[in-house]
Amino acid sequence: MAATYEPIATTTLGSSANSVTFSSIPSTYTDLIVVYQAGVVSGAADLSLQFNGDTASNYSATYLYGSGSSAASARTSNGTKIDTTGLGYMDTTLNQSNIIQIMNYANTTTYKTCLVRVGNAGNGLSAVVGLWRKTPEAINSVKLFSSSNNLAVGSTFTLYGIKAA
Amino acid sequence: MATTYTLIDKTEVGSGGTSSITFTSIPTTYTDLLVKLSLRGNDNSRVATWINITFNGSSSNRSWKRVYGTGSAALSESDTTMRLGSVNANASTSNTFGNAELYIPNYLSSNYKSASGDGVAETNATATQLDLNANLWSNTAAINEITFAPGDGTGWLQYSSAYLYGIKNS
Repeated sequence: MAATYEPIATTTLGSSANSVTFSSIPSTYTDLIVVYQAGVVSGAADLSLQFNGDTASNYSATYLYGSGSSAASARTSNGTKIDTTGLGYMDTTLNQSNIIQIMNYANTTTYKTCLVRVGNAGNGLSAVVGLWRKTPEAINSVKLFSSSNNLAVGSTFTLYGIKAA
Repeated sequence: MATTYTLIDKTEVGSGGTSSITFTSIPTTYTDLLVKLSLRGNDNSRVATWINITFNGSSSNRSWKRVYGTGSAALSESDTTMRLGSVNANASTSNTFGNAELYIPNYLSSNYKSASGDGVAETNATATQLDLNANLWSNTAAINEITFAPGDGTGWLQYSSAYLYGIKNS
């Protein structure tokens, strides 16, 4: 059977850091999946996403959120990042476990869409759809960064590649 | 590079059904666990049922939140248990099974265990639900056993199935 779900890179933080970047991503897969379980050293923070180092206003996203007592939805347009924690946030636990799916990432003709399932039984959960509208290019790097406080020791990030065949 | 998405175990429910589905003696050779479920509960009075989740047989130190859509509203709730939201029960359209998925990262770690998932139940002409779920087991033990039981009724009907996969990050 052909290999269709392969680890590309993994990082477990041995010291606190503001960001994790997967770079030089090969173009040999169909889709990408990032699985992370993370927290911050103090307070609370969002964990945001940028592709290929693009910091321009090329991102938009729609969020569905549940707090445990109420549901909400919101969106951003012409933003500089996609918030992978949705309308929730990381705290000092490592209880934030998210899965980011990036479809058809290597093509050079279309904008790129990602889906995020945000799981945090303490701070709420979200579903996110994000769109990156830079002039189409293959995604070769994924940067995940905290909005304020550094990511905590023990936070784990893994990038997988999925082949359609 | 090695393929790392591996079937560990499966349950396909036979005639007579089963009260619950349990995976035991889960090996310690993976990074994450993923369970794919196709289920129909035996409660004849309901179109949908919870999936109650237990790790290592423990019913303490659990928490759960979900956000869900009913077809007419979006809502959220929480409880001191662990669940995957709705799959079909036996008052729903015949031969219809609900789908659900549970992802458990770092199931061997010495931190608390988070698990996220989704579940869907659909039946013709009656409102059901689709759910996103976040679970937390505030326990530092490695997960070696997972049980799925219906929240309503007494078991899962024939042709229900569950597949447990292990995912390695290297």
